[in-house]
Amino acid sequence: MSRKLLELRGISKRFPGVVALDNVEFDLKAGEIHALVGENGAGKSTLLKITTGVHQLDEGSIFLGGEPVTFNNPLDAKKAGIAAIYQEHTCFPQLSISENVFMGHPLVSNRLQRIDWKGMHQRTKQLLQELEINLDPKTTMNMLNVAERQLVEIAKALSLDSKILLMDEPTSSLTIQEAERLFAVIRRLRDDGVAIVFISHRLDEVFELSDRITVLRDGKYIGTKDTKEITTQEVIRWMVGRSMDELYPKKDVPIGGELLEVKNLARHGEFREISFTVREGEILGIAGLVGAGRTEMARAIFGITPLDQGEIWLNGERTKIKSPRDALRHGIAYLPEDRQDHGLVLAMDISQNTTISILDRFKYRLLNKDQETEITEKYIELLSIRTSGCTQLARNLSGGNQQKVVLAKWMATEPRILILDEPTKGIDVQAKAAVHTLIGELAEQGLGIIIISSELPEVIGISDRILVMHEGRIAAEFKRDQATQEGILQAAIGRSGAEADAV
Amino acid sequence: MSRTARDKTKFTLTNLSVRRETSLLLFTLAVILGVTLHSPRFLSWGNFHSIFLDSAIVAIASIGQMMVVMTGGIDLSVGSGLALSGMLVGLIYKAGIALNPYLALLLGGLIGLGLGSINGVLVVNGKIPPIIATLGTMSIYRGLIFLASDGQWVSAHEMPSSFIHLARGTILGIPNLLFIAGLFYLIFYFFLSHSKTGREVYAVGGNLEAAKVAGINTDKINRIVYSVTGLLYGLCGVLWVSRFASAQPDTATGFEFSTVTAIVLGGVSVAGGTGQVTGVLLGALLISIIENALNVTQTNPFWKLAIQGIVILVAVSMDGIVRRRQGTKVVREEQL
Amino acid sequence: MRKLLRHWEFILLILLVGVFILMSNLSPYFLNLRNLLDSTVHFTEKGVIAVCMAFIIISGNMDLSVASNMAMSAAVMGIAFRSGIGIWPSALLCLLVGMAGGLFNGLIITRVKLPAMVATLATFSLYRGIAYVLLGNQAITGYPYEFATLGQGYFPGTNIPNQFVIFIALAVIFGFILHKTTFGRSVYAIGNNEDACRYSGLPVDRIKVILFTVNGLLAGLAAVLLTSRIYSTRPNIALNYELEIITAVVLGGVSIKGGRGSMIGVVLALFLIGASRFGMSLLNIPGQMMTVVIGLMLIIAILLPQLLDRLSGKQGKTA
Repeated sequence: MSRKLLELRGISKRFPGVVALDNVEFDLKAGEIHALVGENGAGKSTLLKITTGVHQLDEGSIFLGGEPVTFNNPLDAKKAGIAAIYQEHTCFPQLSISENVFMGHPLVSNRLQRIDWKGMHQRTKQLLQELEINLDPKTTMNMLNVAERQLVEIAKALSLDSKILLMDEPTSSLTIQEAERLFAVIRRLRDDGVAIVFISHRLDEVFELSDRITVLRDGKYIGTKDTKEITTQEVIRWMVGRSMDELYPKKDVPIGGELLEVKNLARHGEFREISFTVREGEILGIAGLVGAGRTEMARAIFGITPLDQGEIWLNGERTKIKSPRDALRHGIAYLPEDRQDHGLVLAMDISQNTTISILDRFKYRLLNKDQETEITEKYIELLSIRTSGCTQLARNLSGGNQQKVVLAKWMATEPRILILDEPTKGIDVQAKAAVHTLIGELAEQGLGIIIISSELPEVIGISDRILVMHEGRIAAEFKRDQATQEGILQAAIGRSGAEADAV
Repeated sequence: MSRTARDKTKFTLTNLSVRRETSLLLFTLAVILGVTLHSPRFLSWGNFHSIFLDSAIVAIASIGQMMVVMTGGIDLSVGSGLALSGMLVGLIYKAGIALNPYLALLLGGLIGLGLGSINGVLVVNGKIPPIIATLGTMSIYRGLIFLASDGQWVSAHEMPSSFIHLARGTILGIPNLLFIAGLFYLIFYFFLSHSKTGREVYAVGGNLEAAKVAGINTDKINRIVYSVTGLLYGLCGVLWVSRFASAQPDTATGFEFSTVTAIVLGGVSVAGGTGQVTGVLLGALLISIIENALNVTQTNPFWKLAIQGIVILVAVSMDGIVRRRQGTKVVREEQL
Repeated sequence: MRKLLRHWEFILLILLVGVFILMSNLSPYFLNLRNLLDSTVHFTEKGVIAVCMAFIIISGNMDLSVASNMAMSAAVMGIAFRSGIGIWPSALLCLLVGMAGGLFNGLIITRVKLPAMVATLATFSLYRGIAYVLLGNQAITGYPYEFATLGQGYFPGTNIPNQFVIFIALAVIFGFILHKTTFGRSVYAIGNNEDACRYSGLPVDRIKVILFTVNGLLAGLAAVLLTSRIYSTRPNIALNYELEIITAVVLGGVSIKGGRGSMIGVVLALFLIGASRFGMSLLNIPGQMMTVVIGLMLIIAILLPQLLDRLSGKQGKTA
């Protein structure tokens, strides 16, 4: 029980502009379930991917059964007996369940190395039955819903009979019953001596299932404790790092007239019956689980995807928004969740990024270097972007400064309404605080702000009002002084009895 | 989402590939019927004999093209590579060396393998987009034919009759060409459906990242796919020269488009990940039927190129639209 | 010096000088201003398209159909001329057909959302096919004398071919648009990250349609110039031009992945290819050899930046 099967020592990993892991420690014993927790961007998934050879570490070492090992690719780790379930879907949609389960290590029969389809179907059926799933192994993956796909991923990991099993948010798309079934399997594996790493943002699950807990914060190792010896409150404190009041200073801003009203917005399969208003100086928080339809709703309001129905009213006038261009013209700006893919042109410099949305405001549509520099320097100073100058490439900035450049781009358009989608995801604590202060200042200037965030303390700390979405609908609304983490979470996971107070 | 709605989706989607082949077959029959009504001699044994022979070479080369497209690439050098392999073998005969025809076939295959491997290295190691890399080698290989042959033909009287017999003879009453095409069909059916490497080709095309995570050497698979395509068009080059008893510098110009047309008709998605040898065989047959029909009905034979363009355009557009619909379905399921 | 060497345009310039020195040593007829100027007509038709192809590749797209589009437009012009509507209206029609071909490309790329490579691969076959269907095996000849001035004449009072003047004028205009206007900036941005541009409110689809339409228009113009130069129309004209155009653009330092490149580089690359071709023809090297050389140039031009990156990466580590 006490034998250390896997040890990670002093692991560091950098991505362009981000230090994902900084000197992290982790160990895993045979026959234990070790939970790895932390906020979004704390480095949990990166640590998992280093362990499975998807990413290569920059510094540190991995020991397997006491021996140092190097995993140059996922195959190395697989051969060493490590199996993983990743957060992203790693399936082959056009292929059958059996084939997905056995991809990379198919069963083969006789000398011709012919694939043993019958054997694979049988073994898959067996694995699926262990998980109490009733699916035909010959079904192709694109026929399955997300929960079923998730379960197939689990079957895939089980098919390897590995000594070490890593699971990244395996329950994120499962119902409570499905999750319970999975837990039973996990416990049985543990009792068989398998070492399991369990990553989850649902702390109740972590406490129900795990033997030990390790907490990461902003890529740094915070600590490890036996589950029995630590309370939920302590884990949260480790995860957040300081108390809420310090992190989220909230200014009192007088709330003015109505800026935006949406009525009964719907887009098939994404969200429906969405109605709310935003006023001048108001910060409206939107909470909910990943996949609740928050980003989809924001994208539709901003005109990236079309609405199926519903009305958007701006300053009391009905408005049609068919493209981001329309939205910008009406003073709406949207800071996307994925700043590297959707927010920035990484290969361009700060000033080119800052002016990209106001290019058609240049005289005769000619580029004007002086004007560009002037605008950019204004925002570098205003947002205190740490940079060598406005010709530094966006790629070479840290995560927090990159996010500030995206903000600069939107502020340059002088919007009336600013929609922020996970604005502090994956940026360090200081930059987080700076972004929060900035949001407060923008509200003070009379902007209406919508902030989508998966970090409950953030939404609660910063918002005047909070909407909670669940399965595409608004499940509850809280005023600032009514909002509690528990209440929001209850509504977000769709538990009945959540206070769906009308305000 | 209600159970019935899901079952309905299931029904339509699982049948998609089967439906594609059936509808292709029905369409082919419709073409045959239409052309026969117009000119009855189309539906003669002799005419179909030549259609089958015409389609054999396209079919073999298309198997390679299918694998390349399945991995998300394309090989535009098929025509030039075929012609270069054929020409080099032809030149050996021209030089008066009495090469055994089967050795000639093997030699052509090896030359093709070399040419294909170059494509593989350029795409995998050089990280050049496949369409550009093979566009480059397309013109290099074509230029090399001119340089090697000095712009001259190798004609029938310079080849031994045993060599010409290679593509024109019969085994047990079956034309050799059909026999060879059938053999390759079986080999690649087994390879793609029942071998580990074959299945990995599907995996690489279906989801490259996931394939890497599953521990598949995706670079190796990509290199294999281009090399095997080279091998196949090398063999085709020798068969072509044997069948038409001549090797010309402009042999098989535009042939790569025939192969692309054959595979998109055969239901291979240009986005990669799907494809069946059977479909490709039918696609190759349909092309030969259309080509032959243009001749028989005395339509301007130059329609062929335009028809190919339209077929490719329509097929890839449909493919894209269908895929996007499926995509939204998946999203729907994820949300509800 | 090292800094200069990092600039692709500078390397091209050195290569160009090298070709000049080599060729003038090999052939006494090379370094003759009049010959050199006359030789430009062999690349100016391609150059006319290359100036816009540079935009297309910088925006992360590709147009394989230009040469086929030229054949199609030229075929329509030939038939229109034969039907007796006069040469200049026919030439205008040629431009319009080329433009329509480009617009069609742009629309299927943005509306059906096909990758540009795939879409233009299909129209590559389609447009060439239409040219063949229209003309069959015949050639159209007998264009009036005044039409030849465009492709064969000289700019009044000089030895400079008209074609060259047209090419340089277009290169200056397109270079200005690319480097000095917000439109050019948008093209770079789209090539670097199309999604981010959509999220930033740039009219990405409109820009793409404009680029492909203009490219088609220039293919039409190139078809007029080519017809005026060779004085006849056949369905197989301009074969493999797309290859040479793309090669010139890529050789000019435009990244095949989009987002990078300059007009000066493209123009220099065109000169480089033109000078090599001219020199090789003086040395009686067969034209097919040139096909091989251009194919090799294309591949090397893409491989070279990677190799340099890898090399400088190593140096960086040891330093």
